[in-house]
Amino acid sequence: MILNALFSPEFINATLRTTTPILFATLASAVASKSGITNMALEGIMLFSALFGVIFSAAFHSAWLGLLVTMVLGGFIGFILAFFVLKLKTDEILAAIAINLIATGGTVFTLLTVSGDRGVSSSIKSLQLPKITLPIIENIPYLGQIISNQNILTYLSLIMVVVVHIFLYKTPLGLRIRAVGENKDAAESVGISSKKVQFIALIISGVLASIGGFFLSGGYMTYFTKDMSAGRGFIALAAATMGGNTPVGGLLVSLLFGAAQAFSNIMQMGGSLPHELVQMLPYITTLIGLGIYSYSLMKKRQRLSGK
Amino acid sequence: MNSNTRFNILRTILSVGIALSISFIIIFFTSQEPVKAIVELLTGPLKSTRRFGNVIESMIPLIFTGVGVSIMFSANQINLAGEGSFHIGGLVATYIALNTTLPTGLSPIICILLAGVAGSLVTLIPAILKVKTESSILVSSLMMNYLILYFGNYVLSYFIKDSTAGSIVSYAIPEMTQLSTIFAGTRIHVGLFIAIAISILGYVFLYKTKVGYELRVTGENQDFARYSGISIVKITLISSLLGGFIIGVGGGVEILGMYNRFSWTSLLGYGWDAIIITTLAKKNPLYVPFAAFFLAYLRTGASIMARSTDVVTEIIIITQGIIILLVVAEQFLSKFKHKMIAKEAKATLENMKGAE
Amino acid sequence: MLISLYCMGFKNRYYFFDGTYSSYQLLVINFKKWEAQMSNKVLQMNNIMKIYSNGVVAVEDVTFELEKGEIHALLGENGAGKSTLMKILFGLESPEQGKIILNGKETTMKSPQDAISKGIGMVHQHFMLVPSLTVADNIILGVEPRNKKIFIDSDKSVEISREIAEKYNFEIDVRANVEDLTVGVKQKVEILKALYRGADILILDEPTAVLTPQETEELFVQLKKLKETGHTIIFISHKLDEIKNICDRATIMRNGKSKGTYNVSDISTSEMSKLMVGRDVVTEFNKKPPILKKTVLKVRNLTVTGSTGVVRVNDLSFDLKEGEIFSIAGVEGNGQGHLVEALTGLTKNYKGEILMFNENIKKHSIKKIRNFGVAHIPEDRMTLGCAKNMNILDNILSIQYDNKEYSGKIMLKSKKIQNRVNELIKEYLVKCKSYKQSVGMLSGGNIQKVVVAREFSTNPKIIIADQPTRGIDVGAASFIRQRIIQFRDDGCAIILISADLNEVFELSDRLAVMYKGKFAGVFNDVENLTEEELGKYMLGIKHDDRLEGIIYEQ
Repeated sequence: MILNALFSPEFINATLRTTTPILFATLASAVASKSGITNMALEGIMLFSALFGVIFSAAFHSAWLGLLVTMVLGGFIGFILAFFVLKLKTDEILAAIAINLIATGGTVFTLLTVSGDRGVSSSIKSLQLPKITLPIIENIPYLGQIISNQNILTYLSLIMVVVVHIFLYKTPLGLRIRAVGENKDAAESVGISSKKVQFIALIISGVLASIGGFFLSGGYMTYFTKDMSAGRGFIALAAATMGGNTPVGGLLVSLLFGAAQAFSNIMQMGGSLPHELVQMLPYITTLIGLGIYSYSLMKKRQRLSGK
Repeated sequence: MNSNTRFNILRTILSVGIALSISFIIIFFTSQEPVKAIVELLTGPLKSTRRFGNVIESMIPLIFTGVGVSIMFSANQINLAGEGSFHIGGLVATYIALNTTLPTGLSPIICILLAGVAGSLVTLIPAILKVKTESSILVSSLMMNYLILYFGNYVLSYFIKDSTAGSIVSYAIPEMTQLSTIFAGTRIHVGLFIAIAISILGYVFLYKTKVGYELRVTGENQDFARYSGISIVKITLISSLLGGFIIGVGGGVEILGMYNRFSWTSLLGYGWDAIIITTLAKKNPLYVPFAAFFLAYLRTGASIMARSTDVVTEIIIITQGIIILLVVAEQFLSKFKHKMIAKEAKATLENMKGAE
Repeated sequence: MLISLYCMGFKNRYYFFDGTYSSYQLLVINFKKWEAQMSNKVLQMNNIMKIYSNGVVAVEDVTFELEKGEIHALLGENGAGKSTLMKILFGLESPEQGKIILNGKETTMKSPQDAISKGIGMVHQHFMLVPSLTVADNIILGVEPRNKKIFIDSDKSVEISREIAEKYNFEIDVRANVEDLTVGVKQKVEILKALYRGADILILDEPTAVLTPQETEELFVQLKKLKETGHTIIFISHKLDEIKNICDRATIMRNGKSKGTYNVSDISTSEMSKLMVGRDVVTEFNKKPPILKKTVLKVRNLTVTGSTGVVRVNDLSFDLKEGEIFSIAGVEGNGQGHLVEALTGLTKNYKGEILMFNENIKKHSIKKIRNFGVAHIPEDRMTLGCAKNMNILDNILSIQYDNKEYSGKIMLKSKKIQNRVNELIKEYLVKCKSYKQSVGMLSGGNIQKVVVAREFSTNPKIIIADQPTRGIDVGAASFIRQRIIQFRDDGCAIILISADLNEVFELSDRLAVMYKGKFAGVFNDVENLTEEELGKYMLGIKHDDRLEGIIYEQ
């Protein structure tokens, strides 16, 4: 019975929805990691973006403009992280923790200042980007129900997988990012400023994560709640690693975690299991997934050296 | 080295100053009564014994988490499961207290010790994963926090919830298990002594014992430690075990000392605070109480400010973030440092030339 | 007269004109000579001073000049300042004081990119290549040819790389992945990188440190060709014989100061070394003949596979007795490192037997092996040999903290430890402020002395010394070598792995050459072995499978 539910088009449709923010964050993590920096501030960027999305879409009466501004601000936070890590030589984990902290406090504070709401953006009407029904595809029986009728950002996330792939492997900047991440000295020796490259990578990372955050409060939910990123930024770190920091690998793993989240959502609404336990599901999935992935990697390394 | 430490202290003070200034500016722009807010923030805790007591009592959990994290970070284990350890510590202490009857003196001790064990298990799991599968301790420890939170909510709602109470809380913890207050007029409890003791013991452990030495060497250069014959696996497990234990004890102490029911339905953030404290205290358990005091003072000031003005406590979280950013920034003011040192070296050169 | 002198642009020279016609003639002649010299100078570095952030004065008032088309040696011990001087030239460091004048124009080098754009290229000692990318990718990195402005034109990259390789007569497959190349070829890629970017001045930092004698010859041929095409080369080295071979002039540095620039043909190697260290370097150790005792190490059919699945040590067998120095010579990367890892317990991933004192060490931990009395001077002192942020005491304590003298069951005995460390600092002549100083602040030679002090202070029975004097000043190297001989005379069994042929010849009682994981030959009579012969074995041109003398007992 559960298996039926898992393969039902509604579930896969829901999975695509829940995967969207995770996927954006995963792509963000992959780009940053390729350039040699672990971006642990994704959590904070998503949280800020979720809030900014609500505020600015309402302010401009346009979800598109809200998205644009949010992306700029997301890139800006990426810039700040880069500034502290690269210019002021702050440890990347500590700087990220600092940004996440500022996000936790700052979002609640800003929300209160802007709208008087404490913790939930009830008084702001959050605008969303439209859902799209794909004309012909929506009529295909199984596939149509899955793919059609998704938020535009969901489609965008899938397109982004391709875009990021081409960017990393076919453009000069992508080549430089990979070079800097693999051997910073080598890149420097040919006159590439590794700092500049990493700055750009972190800004891109911030922009990608911010789209994911925007979707959280404008598509996935329709309002902002404090701490709504709920660890997705951290899950994305695991997902990117497990996908070898490649866009395609990241997509596959993100789908896995998205499915776990979707499953958890469904169970919470009408399942027989206590909802607190069910909420643990995405995180346990990540934990176990990470363990299995690392274990197989370790075994492969050992096999290669003939143990 | 003296000039180096002097420089670091100066830089820390300056970082704190800048962070506070930025917060003040934000307050100025967003509050109707900024001056009152800032005054309350900075001097509020000093205005009464009870308020100053608030500072001290807030300091206690921070010392526990600070020492625990210092130990883990000294071994270079970036294990962020402290949040979960603290949470489970409080939960287990409550559960034991509610479900067992033990002689008076023994009851809190058993609860706290078991809280520590539970805490150490939470931090141990990522460590074991690291040892067995070489997975990132950073990510797995972060996952643990969410797992423990939801698990804790589950236990709270299904096993120990007092349905007669108005909110989601546990049954009342028996009086005899709670930790007694030391100073009348405050809520400062016996846990303070335990905290100070832990801080001293932590220092002795890290700097005066063999295992502590092994731990620090592993933290500084793992390859060198291994090459010297130190068992990396042992250190990975011990550091997480010990750190988690101390943090778990902190959770137990906090529940038994400050609450009479378990009411935590979200993570309290002491784990993240511990990171600031560890940073300020340079991973030295002996300095942790001072850093904890500083943070507790700010926090208490912030809540006093929040009660009497329109500025919310969240502003202080922002301040904390800025402090971390500036204190850890090696290059912050490094130009000054470099100029200072270059001047010194040139002067020495001149002296040597003059002596020739 | 003075007025016309100023008109000719004489700003920094002061000439005393006493009014006679002959003096004026002299002045003009001097000026013309000076002018002629100036036009040939492609680089001038004046009064450079560099102080590092830890207070060390790396370069103190050094003036260095380079003529077009010469191969100019920059000579000096480690810590002399020559690497720092070149880092300043290449824009990696900025000087506190001083001027750089390139082709007559004063400039500052703000970054490597800036230096590259001004025609300066650097080939570093540790290669700056991205392993997973191809040769072509590495060459065009940073100046990628574009296809429609936003994509890389990979066909063009390959074409460009092929062209430049052919132009300078380098035979390289530009499509190969860098990680699959040999060291000699990797260096060629490095040089091509610099040439592709239009380097007129090439700085080579210890280029022959990782090459076989034959590869070195090839390199020298290349350098001479580059000279003909108008390039100027700065050759950083402390291999006096090579400098004699190929360089035109040499600048010698010591302790951050320049000891002068000389024509190589006018100065002898002993004069050069005197200037480098201020004393005649002891090159003869006058070893007593070895007194061999029992066999302490037996290795049988050792096969070690590396992390990529390639076999690194292939069916190796040898014995080691107390009282001898057994050297393993070979170009880096022929399995020496993996052999050491197996011997010290750092890797358990091997087949075959290693018996120490007749006990199989396969299941023993690193600590247990050390407790047998095994000391290990690691090849890379910074990653393996020390914790650079910890102080000298903590670095020395790391293998003896369990000792009953220095600790109880739980606690460390601080006073005893401090006294012992102070003793060792004195005994090993470690130049430092106190045991509290952090190791990272010391010079390379002193760090190595701390490593040696630690390893030797436990009274070892077996010493495995892997490149023990690489990259350190002659004084420290000499000290360490003397210590090794002392231990050997006291009955210690020593394995010396070295790429420094002088060291190998000086210290070895018995010598084996390692090539592609196997022993290519064993020499029991080191005195009558020539460098050329040894080079042939090292390169695999010659091998003697009989390996007489490699095993003492079955």
